[in-house]
Amino acid sequence: MSATDTPFDRAGDPYRVGRGRDWLSEGAGRGYVHATGHGEGGPASKRVIVGYGFWIFLLSDIVMFSAFFAAHAVLQTATAGGPSGRELFNWWSIVLQTAFLLVSSFTCGLSAVATEARSQLWTQIALLVTGLFGLAFLVLEGRDFAVMVMQGAGPDRSAFLSSLFAVVGLHGLHVSAGLLWLGTMMAQVFVKGFRPDILRRLVCFNLFWHALDIIWVALFTVVYLIGLGR
Amino acid sequence: MFGKLTWQAIPWDQPIPLVAGSVVVLIVLAILALVVLKGYLPYLWHEWITSVDHKRIGVMYTLLGLVMLLRGFIDAIMMRSQQAAAFRAAGYLPPEHYAQIFSAHGTIMIFFAAMPIMIGLMNFAVPLQLGVRDVAFPTLNSTSFWLTATGALLVNISLVVGEFARTGWLVYPPLSELPYSPGVGVDYYLWALLISGVGTLMTGINFVTTILKIRAPGMSYLRMTIFCWTALAANLLIVAAFPILTATLGMLALDRYLGFHFFTNEAGGNMMMFINLIWAWGHPEVYILVLPAFGIFSEVISTFSGKPLFNYRSMVAATMFICLVSYMVWLHHFFTMGAGADVNAFFGISTSIIAVGTGVKIYNWLFTMYGGRIRFTTPMLWSMGFLVTFVIGGMTGVLLAVPPADFLLHNSLFLVAHFHNVIIGGVLFAAFAGITYWFPKAFGFKLDEGWGKAGFWLSLLGFYVVFMPLYVAGLLGMTRRLQHYDVAAWRPWVLVAGIGIIIMMAAAACQVAQFVVSIRRREELRDETGDPWNGRSLEWATTSPPPPFNFAVLPNVQGAEPYWEIKRRAIETQHLSPEPKYEPIEMPRNSPTGFITAFFSTITGFALIWHIWWLVGLGLVAAYAVFVWFAWRDAVEYSIPAEEVARYDRERRRAREQWLAQHAGQPA
Repeated sequence: MSATDTPFDRAGDPYRVGRGRDWLSEGAGRGYVHATGHGEGGPASKRVIVGYGFWIFLLSDIVMFSAFFAAHAVLQTATAGGPSGRELFNWWSIVLQTAFLLVSSFTCGLSAVATEARSQLWTQIALLVTGLFGLAFLVLEGRDFAVMVMQGAGPDRSAFLSSLFAVVGLHGLHVSAGLLWLGTMMAQVFVKGFRPDILRRLVCFNLFWHALDIIWVALFTVVYLIGLGR
Repeated sequence: MFGKLTWQAIPWDQPIPLVAGSVVVLIVLAILALVVLKGYLPYLWHEWITSVDHKRIGVMYTLLGLVMLLRGFIDAIMMRSQQAAAFRAAGYLPPEHYAQIFSAHGTIMIFFAAMPIMIGLMNFAVPLQLGVRDVAFPTLNSTSFWLTATGALLVNISLVVGEFARTGWLVYPPLSELPYSPGVGVDYYLWALLISGVGTLMTGINFVTTILKIRAPGMSYLRMTIFCWTALAANLLIVAAFPILTATLGMLALDRYLGFHFFTNEAGGNMMMFINLIWAWGHPEVYILVLPAFGIFSEVISTFSGKPLFNYRSMVAATMFICLVSYMVWLHHFFTMGAGADVNAFFGISTSIIAVGTGVKIYNWLFTMYGGRIRFTTPMLWSMGFLVTFVIGGMTGVLLAVPPADFLLHNSLFLVAHFHNVIIGGVLFAAFAGITYWFPKAFGFKLDEGWGKAGFWLSLLGFYVVFMPLYVAGLLGMTRRLQHYDVAAWRPWVLVAGIGIIIMMAAAACQVAQFVVSIRRREELRDETGDPWNGRSLEWATTSPPPPFNFAVLPNVQGAEPYWEIKRRAIETQHLSPEPKYEPIEMPRNSPTGFITAFFSTITGFALIWHIWWLVGLGLVAAYAVFVWFAWRDAVEYSIPAEEVARYDRERRRAREQWLAQHAGQPA
């Protein structure tokens, strides 16, 4: 294990942001002595660039969610004579979903620890457990959706239900996409090992999975807690 | 098997779209045949289609934008001629066709002409001006471009297969909901914009990361060019605004496809929510277009005045001020919603305030020119035409920002004249200024000045003859999007505008001639120095066209206007800087990922429009397969050996030494 292929590169990055190893060519961009800390040290390392870009993506994703949240806030009372949240929400299912998702985030964090220790076995186990909890979350959510549709409370019943299915479903879609990604990440780690590019992707996947948790906390509050009061 | 798609989808009974469509199909087939027969295909595939070089992608973006600009211009000609003919008469375009034309005109001009040209110029110039070798995510960049091309392709397919939206360019519900627009027109609109919107969002992420994290050593924030600053602001706006567009159009798609009730009349839907959401994207979008335009004018005016930009810091502050305030004005697009006096007053005031930032910039440009040794080249003419035109457009905008006045002028031709005034006078003039300014950098020869200047003067004249009468017609009460009309007082103004569009056609012909003539005379127009305009920023420090790696050694930036400093030092000392030590350079490999992704996106989009569900599934599975295949690649980069870098750079230094000898003894 060399110093430059770790995700939390101790040799240069990310703690010396923009002043470490050059981005494209070794040598160029080095040795600038007047750096003032305003990004004057030349291109940042790939580790920083990838992480930073992914953060920007996550922020844009959160903006998209915020549009759906805004729509739900506007339409939360537009039940059009149909059922409201209080009549529909299955409290225990929601609590379980929350628990599954939070635990999956914890195991996702454990996978990062295992990755840093370069343990193939424990990384795979932690990722697998993460995926299973994610899957369990999706099954519960899908069951809730199916029950509601069967009761005649599908998204076409009222504007409230449209926005509910859309915002919760969008989060569910993200979790599903995350599971596909997780599967390919496990395969990549297994076949290619802890290569620097694979490690960068693992960092991004971790960020993504934790961001889904943050969005779920907002969902839990805005859709379910406030919805139960309506 | 093929969903809603039948032979009836092709408009056999409507001669205009059928003939236009057939001509386009024939031209495309002829070009494809030429490419295949002449054996250009491998060249195109290796050097352009799979290229991840930001300069190549920038050129392709700009080319796409120019072609779509012509397409949108043909729509404009049809609208002006229809209105000229349709006084107490039916004209030659039936209402349902006319409605498609004005919807397609707006959609194409904003999303597939103005946006690609601006993003193309950013792609080309920003990494060069930052003094680096590429953007943060080169393959993603290529994917962005090809997804934009997918959107443009879908909109143009609607010309021959099916129909386009008849709802205006922002598909307001409830008109755009299924009961009132049962055809595929709105679906074409939705999927074209959802797919190309993903591409634009990825561009935003890419450029924010590039500008904030990848700069040459010493390039601190306040040493970046104004174009880089405005590109940063525009891309921040993209990252924050385009997700709202995706969400809004996604909701409308859910309404249309799965019977949701976001914006419907019944079951509690709220159509004003659509108007709010779409303009929460739409107003920042205006600044996504015009901020890079301001950046281009800053570069051009400074270069051709032979002076540093006046009050650089206030320019940066004004740019970021506009970036921020652009999110606080969206309601001025619908003061008539009836949100009440207080809300309207807030948005009226914030709209007036945003003009202050632009006003600061206008004065900065004027004072840059003041006392300068101005060279009246084509890019400079476009910039000066902009200064006059944009001020008029800005002032009519401030007029519209007063809610009581807006109640009278809402949806009138006065409004149409206003936004064309700022978009043509601001964005389009900037596009032409930027293209003529950076063309020699991209291709190694200048554009013909004669045809360029003729194009400019005719455009300027044509613009005023078309749109000043429309201001008057709007004040006389003429609303927008009229297929025919009966009011005699409007007639003369509409006719004058019709004459104006003929002048604009002459201008467009000159612009096309400019490219044709320049390409034929390229040996005379050749620039060997890499610095044809006596430029000030780093893109002029390398050769024209630049090598794939842009700079043999990343420049060491020691002040604002780094290249100007380098030149001055060279003239003072009569020596170039000592030859650096050359090292091998790692560059990203070409990748067909973007093209293949766009191919399957086109198929998926088309299948969604026509409800061909098995094809949708196939397209999505293929997209996932491409993702995995791309993730599996092992060789990401290739290495350019140090000898080759040295050979290239020594050649460049020889050209510069010749230049230096010519400038011996000149005052710096």
